[in-house]
Amino acid sequence: MEANTTNVEIKTKEVIKSPSGFSVVGRELIKDKLALISLIFLIGITAFVYGTALFLDQDEIVRVDLFSIYEPPGEEFILGTDYGGRDVFGQLIIGTRNSLSIAILVTLMTGIIGILYGLISGYFGGHVDNIMMRILDFFLILPFTMIVIAFVAIVPKYGVWTFSLIMTAFLWMQIARLVRSKALAEKELDYIQAARTLGTTNFKIMFRHLLPNVSSIIIVTMTLNLAANIGLESGLSFLGFGFPESTPSLGTLLSYARNPQTLEYRWWIWVPASLMILLLMLAVNNVGTALRRAVDARQRRG
Amino acid sequence: MWKFSVRRILIMIPQLFVLSLLIFVLAKMMPGDALSGQIDPNIDPERIEELRIEMGWYDPWHEQYASWVGGVMKGDFGMSFRFKMPVTELIGQRIVNSFWLSVATLILTYLIAIPLGITSGRYNDTFRDQLITGYSYVGFATPLFIFALVMLWIFGFQLQWFPTSGSVEPGMQPGTFDYFMSKFYHLLLPALSMALITTFSTILYLRNEIIDTKQKDFILLARSKGASESRVYNQHIFRNSLLPIAAFFGFEITGLIGGSIFIENIFGYPGMGQLLIESISLRDFSVVTATTLLFGVASILGALISDIILSLVDPRIRIK
Repeated sequence: MEANTTNVEIKTKEVIKSPSGFSVVGRELIKDKLALISLIFLIGITAFVYGTALFLDQDEIVRVDLFSIYEPPGEEFILGTDYGGRDVFGQLIIGTRNSLSIAILVTLMTGIIGILYGLISGYFGGHVDNIMMRILDFFLILPFTMIVIAFVAIVPKYGVWTFSLIMTAFLWMQIARLVRSKALAEKELDYIQAARTLGTTNFKIMFRHLLPNVSSIIIVTMTLNLAANIGLESGLSFLGFGFPESTPSLGTLLSYARNPQTLEYRWWIWVPASLMILLLMLAVNNVGTALRRAVDARQRRG
Repeated sequence: MWKFSVRRILIMIPQLFVLSLLIFVLAKMMPGDALSGQIDPNIDPERIEELRIEMGWYDPWHEQYASWVGGVMKGDFGMSFRFKMPVTELIGQRIVNSFWLSVATLILTYLIAIPLGITSGRYNDTFRDQLITGYSYVGFATPLFIFALVMLWIFGFQLQWFPTSGSVEPGMQPGTFDYFMSKFYHLLLPALSMALITTFSTILYLRNEIIDTKQKDFILLARSKGASESRVYNQHIFRNSLLPIAAFFGFEITGLIGGSIFIENIFGYPGMGQLLIESISLRDFSVVTATTLLFGVASILGALISDIILSLVDPRIRIK
């Protein structure tokens, strides 16, 4: 009798066991070669950029050298120089590092704010939800580029941190809305009701029970947001409202192309940075869509 | 329908109020004031102080806000201190240019998106569909300003098919046919660059909408009644799938504003987006305030239009 029950238990365990999150993602990546290549490219470029940047001196690279203005690519400068005689290749590496860093930073900060806002709004519902959604709607309506430019222009002590804070202030809404809608649906389920009946605190329910169950979709959205943030940051830097020139980003290199002469005759300044932005965004997007398929069982290929 | 519209318009009022408050605070926080921008050694500081008092610089903030809003309502945004003319007049020239750029972009967007979306949805999972979804995928990942730079480089500088800046050939007589053609010619490349990039969301949306509608019962009914394939698509599916697209029309406005800031700067097109960047770098803050406010109001109105069209198209929205 005793042996029999254990036997049954073992059997059910085998049947119920579903693949872990990592193995699902792994299988999806093996099926989707493009996403796999993108991931390898991303890891490679990140390692290369952060590694090389350790040996490059940012101040050295952004120092103006009037004897080597607008040098075309050659032996001394692999990718030529810009209007200040600064090495474009060095700026490209430092710029990629800076662009990636700020995109990751902004994605994380918007994620945290969005998750908190969405969880509170969705979990409590009712009047709290109503008011919080009205506020969110207002933020959603504001044209992002315009409002960020206006803020960047008036901030007195302007730096990398202020810039990322301003970007975060107008980018958290998407995650918040997503988390809120998921939390609204999820909180009606039995396990939340059960937790509530047991007297679990609201705080604990939100972060221990609700959050893990919506986490997969959050990770997917944040990955896709990372790609978008690389584009937004470089766009703002391109207009001259992003990084200061002493900390070049990919957008700073592109902004030199606002000079028609540079755009027409000196491709080596802006084409590499454009390609880098495009490749980074495409690669992150590819990984993001593969993750999205892995999360949604109906779309899985693996 | 009416009840929903009225309620939706009532929601807009606090939005407008908060927007105006936000921009007023921004304007107050901006470094320096209208007078410090034109420090002239010949004017003594006391006179500047007098001018400041005259302009109400030291009034309590709610009075300043009230007089500012009162002026805005009458269409008075103050004076531009760089261009030495009323802001309203300055904006008047630019807003017309921006308006035509937006109209051209919208027309091109729909001209590109609707045929592509229909083809892609009708023949889904074929080679044609993969081409189109591939295009929209790349379009999704390409920032507008990079694409615009490349377009300008190829068609403006290398091939020289299009002018590279301005909104009209200098020396043209307004009102003549040549003037109109020159305006149109200057519009084409910026509008096309913006349309080709912004079109992807409409394409994908239309595609999914058609694939969804294809499997509905009323299409099955139409087929079983012997309607021809072209009739099924043109009459039944197309009409049902197009309505949600129409609803997104208002939201396009917010996108157009963001896009126009880049496009107008890259193509040197004298519109509102260029004016905003110019006036920020010139520290002409009365113009900055006015453009930001107008852009914000345009987006709020766009969202209103979208919601009202949506409620017309989809009655379920009204119940909320």
